[in-house]
Amino acid sequence: MTLSVSYKLSIKVKTKLLKAIIHLTSLLPICLLYLSAFNDELGADPVEAVIHFTGIGAFNLLLLTLLVTPLAKQFKQGYLMKVRRLLGLYAFTYAFFHVLNFIAFDLQFNLTLLFDEVVKRPYITIGLIAILLLTALAITSINYFKRKMGKSWQKLHNAIYLIILLVGIHFYWSVKSEVIEPTIYIVISFVLLYLRRRKFTL
Amino acid sequence: MLIKKPKSYELKENKVTDEKIYQDRRSLLKKMGYLGAGTLLSSSAQAGVFDLFSKDEAKTFSTKSLTFAQDKNRDEQILTPENKVNSHNNFYEFGTKKSQPLELSQGFKVDPWQLTISGEVDKPFTLSYDELFSQFPLEERIYRLRCVEAWSMVIPWLGFSLAQLLKKAQPNSRAKYVAFETLYDPKQMPGQKSRRLGGGIKYPYVEGLRIDEAMNPLTLMSVGLYGKTLPPQNGAPIRLVVPWKYGFKSIKSIVGIKLVERMPPTTWNRLAPKEYGFYANVNPEVDHPRWSQASERRITSGGLFARNRIETLPFNGYGEQVADLYKNMNLRKYY
Repeated sequence: MTLSVSYKLSIKVKTKLLKAIIHLTSLLPICLLYLSAFNDELGADPVEAVIHFTGIGAFNLLLLTLLVTPLAKQFKQGYLMKVRRLLGLYAFTYAFFHVLNFIAFDLQFNLTLLFDEVVKRPYITIGLIAILLLTALAITSINYFKRKMGKSWQKLHNAIYLIILLVGIHFYWSVKSEVIEPTIYIVISFVLLYLRRRKFTL
Repeated sequence: MLIKKPKSYELKENKVTDEKIYQDRRSLLKKMGYLGAGTLLSSSAQAGVFDLFSKDEAKTFSTKSLTFAQDKNRDEQILTPENKVNSHNNFYEFGTKKSQPLELSQGFKVDPWQLTISGEVDKPFTLSYDELFSQFPLEERIYRLRCVEAWSMVIPWLGFSLAQLLKKAQPNSRAKYVAFETLYDPKQMPGQKSRRLGGGIKYPYVEGLRIDEAMNPLTLMSVGLYGKTLPPQNGAPIRLVVPWKYGFKSIKSIVGIKLVERMPPTTWNRLAPKEYGFYANVNPEVDHPRWSQASERRITSGGLFARNRIETLPFNGYGEQVADLYKNMNLRKYY
């Protein structure tokens, strides 16, 4: 009896601890990033720096989000599932800042240019689709929608698999010649999708 | 062991030893794996107030002051601060990230150097390191540099016209193009050794100009910036600057200039011919297939909120001097 109680407690503690770590490691870098960018201490071109940092950060967090389920299943650590939504929301937060950086600091609210870029540049079009889908997932992630939407909730949230592919292409098409890093990200995405291949064959 | 505390009036070794020999010794020590223990001792022995500021001296490439004629238009443009010019570089030989050339190039050896002018010329010749600075009077030229990635800088270069250099070699009638080549030395340039660092480019980096473009007085061979010799991340000891073309035409750390009859291959064109042409003239009308070239972000001082997006000008604003070169050409086709 005592054993199981302490076990349960420790799961609660573990979850809290893990969440605290996620909050800290997601929020702290982004605060430091903007602090140094505002003070012009982020290299010669702070605009490029914040765009790249938040973009890569969003991709990392998306991959981490997708890693949760396979990890929890493999190692029978059910409590891990409790941080999946948090990770996903931080992925969205980073992606949101990524887009905001692009519009506010790179294009400097030149909306004609924004419209032009979205229409003419496939990598931006794809990025836009990805962020719109991700926004839908972020909004519907609260319990109210989860309850209300029933089965269609899961259907909608399967869009994460499409998002990860779009984001991979977006990254690959955005570079000049250095394709190794985006290729590594795409390979990792495919591995994470492969781990849940049963879902796709059903 | 004797730990010697130098008196304030005593000169340190690096002040009395020739810079080159001093650097050579350091690299020798490093090779012997001796630096770890050695630095600990020497730094604690020499620690003083002023060392706080010179700690990285050994790690930073040292540039020398140059004598030159000042650009008369100095006050007309807001310059990009020197630390930005020297820390935001596309020089894939030292890594594809903007900050990597500064980080990975500080041990780069520029002396001795050999720059060979050859090909369709009557008098081929080679310049040594010292001759790069002594053959022609140096002038300051404040030029706008427009990168193909849609950012730009304003840089006070020091150098001489390429035309002066070429005339010395006396090009013959078959000299229709000029081909340039960067140093190939994978031992010193990590990007040439590793595909990951070097961005999958075929090295050595090569560039080219038509002879009339090369002879245009704007075309500069630069040996310095901001009053000093070039740091490695900016293409030491000598680089090309063609201010009306996208930055990638301005090839760095040049060892060979060859006058040729046929249009020479150029690095970015070879890699992605649909995205980068031979001419690569700055042109707001012709977009890069993946991004707009209509405007650019001018990098000066100022952080994230600097409202620095400006319109891109045809020929980067140098149309008056160079538009004639392309009079009857379709610049959409010959981008």
